[in-house]
Amino acid sequence: MAHFVKKALADIRSNRFLNLITMITISLSILVVSVFLLFFENASRAIESWNQGGRAMIYLNKEFSLEMLPELKVKINALGDIDKIVYISKAQALDKLKKNMSSQSAFLKTLKENPLPDALEIRMKSYHSFEEVQKVAQSIKAIEIVEDVEYGQGWLGRFLQIFNLFKITGYAMCILFFLIALFITANTVRLAFYSRKLEIEIMRLVGASETFIKAPFYVEGLLQGFLGGFIGLAILLIAYLAISSGMTQSLASYLYFDIRFLSVKTIGLIIAGSTFLGWFGCYLSLKQILK
Amino acid sequence: MNDKRNKKLIIRLFNVSKRFGGKLALKDITLDVEQGELIFISGPSGAGKSTLLKILYLAQKASEGQILIDGMNLARISSSKLPFLRRRFGMIFQDFKLIPNRTVYENVALVLEAAGKKPSFIRKKVMQVLRSTGMEKKINALPPTLSGGEQQRIAVARAVVGDPSIIFADEPTGSLDSKSAQAILDFLMEYHKKGATVLIVSHNLHLLERTVRGRNIEISEGTIKRIAPVLQGKERK
Ligand SMILES: Nc1ncnc2c1ncn2[C@@H]1O[C@H](COP(=O)(O)OP(=O)(O)OP(=O)(O)O)[C@@H](O)[C@H]1O
Ligand SMILES: [Mg+2]
Repeated sequence: MAHFVKKALADIRSNRFLNLITMITISLSILVVSVFLLFFENASRAIESWNQGGRAMIYLNKEFSLEMLPELKVKINALGDIDKIVYISKAQALDKLKKNMSSQSAFLKTLKENPLPDALEIRMKSYHSFEEVQKVAQSIKAIEIVEDVEYGQGWLGRFLQIFNLFKITGYAMCILFFLIALFITANTVRLAFYSRKLEIEIMRLVGASETFIKAPFYVEGLLQGFLGGFIGLAILLIAYLAISSGMTQSLASYLYFDIRFLSVKTIGLIIAGSTFLGWFGCYLSLKQILK
Repeated sequence: MNDKRNKKLIIRLFNVSKRFGGKLALKDITLDVEQGELIFISGPSGAGKSTLLKILYLAQKASEGQILIDGMNLARISSSKLPFLRRRFGMIFQDFKLIPNRTVYENVALVLEAAGKKPSFIRKKVMQVLRSTGMEKKINALPPTLSGGEQQRIAVARAVVGDPSIIFADEPTGSLDSKSAQAILDFLMEYHKKGATVLIVSHNLHLLERTVRGRNIEISEGTIKRIAPVLQGKERK
């Protein structure tokens, strides 16, 4: 293994210019992709906080009794991708209200009867498509025992529509840049391969296996992918720090949430993705060359 | 010849021909080589000597005929087994085929690295053959900075570093003065004495030490013209 790494490094050194270009291409592609991801991560968090994570309240009418709960849960679950259903009895709701309004609890005490309805709080799994939320809410409302369903406001729906359009564009851009980076990587490997044709011929003649011959190229591809991803993210981080140090305060208070850098998971995914890119470019190239 | 009859036939060629386009470089070659035998191949330029060796060490495919090496049919050998067969060969190419941007040491070590040997073993072995060929002072040089004769000696060192059981040597002394040529031939003969089968294309037969014996195969226009025993000096019966 050390041998292959040494070989790969020697090759990178001898093809400095080509490798530099490839690394820059990968870095830029990763930069574009991670800018989108940064935007989406933050936008998703914003939507989640505005939308309370796809929460909806189902208010039940007077005919509801506790025996009906299991059947109702089954019915609701069948209607959509529902993560969680929590039953909130009218007594619980009143207690909560009393706690929240302790100063006016005198007024609440005057009530003879609990005016609040029984309710179910549900959480939907996928709430980024507003139409879906709307559809689920409407079909829940159609259940005879349901009085009303309350969910995200109309403006959020429109925002989500735009956001989703943006997301599709983002995905398309990511794919495009991925393909460009892949093409460049594959081409670099091909050029490296041809520049070492004599060496490879000799290696074969002296009994090197195909694995032995290919391994340095793969190490090179993986290394390029990894470093490209690393550099791309580093550029993004620097830009983020430079921009956010001045802007976050005012923007965050305006948007009611803070802008954060990519999560560790996403960073891991990006690095893994770009490393894979290096490997895959190499794989495609060698597959084509060695027929 | 009787005493040799029970020896193993390591290389067998049956009606082998090689065609380049419409031109036949080898025509209907049939030949058996015994294990441990020393074979000289001679003939005019363009006769097909290199082509014959290339077909044997699998750099090229025969157009017609069958070749068996150690019982294996070269036409049917799987690509996964091919490297293992080649590791039993030591080749000295007429054009040396040294990797120009790798040092002398790396060029020779490559054979053992490809065979997956341990670094300490590689180091020891490479230094040993480079010393024997008189190139130990040039281990860090790049081949293009060396003279033809020096490159040739590295090619020889690389050919024998893996202790091959068959050595294919295409003009291993072509770029050397007679003294160096003699040294290299003697060096190769050491491997022959240790049991390696040696096929050698050379015009410097007269330089061989007197106890060596073998067969001289004369090729002309792609066919074997004559096979004659080479008996240098007194025979050791
Ligand atoms: N790759 C090739 N393509 C076409 N023709 C070839 C090829 N290799 C060899 N030949 C032809 O085959 C014939 C035999 O070539 P070969 O190299 O075997 O000769 P040789 O006996 O080794 O000659 P020399 O003593 O000059 O090295 C020559 O006519 C040569 O032109
Ligand atoms: Mg020749």
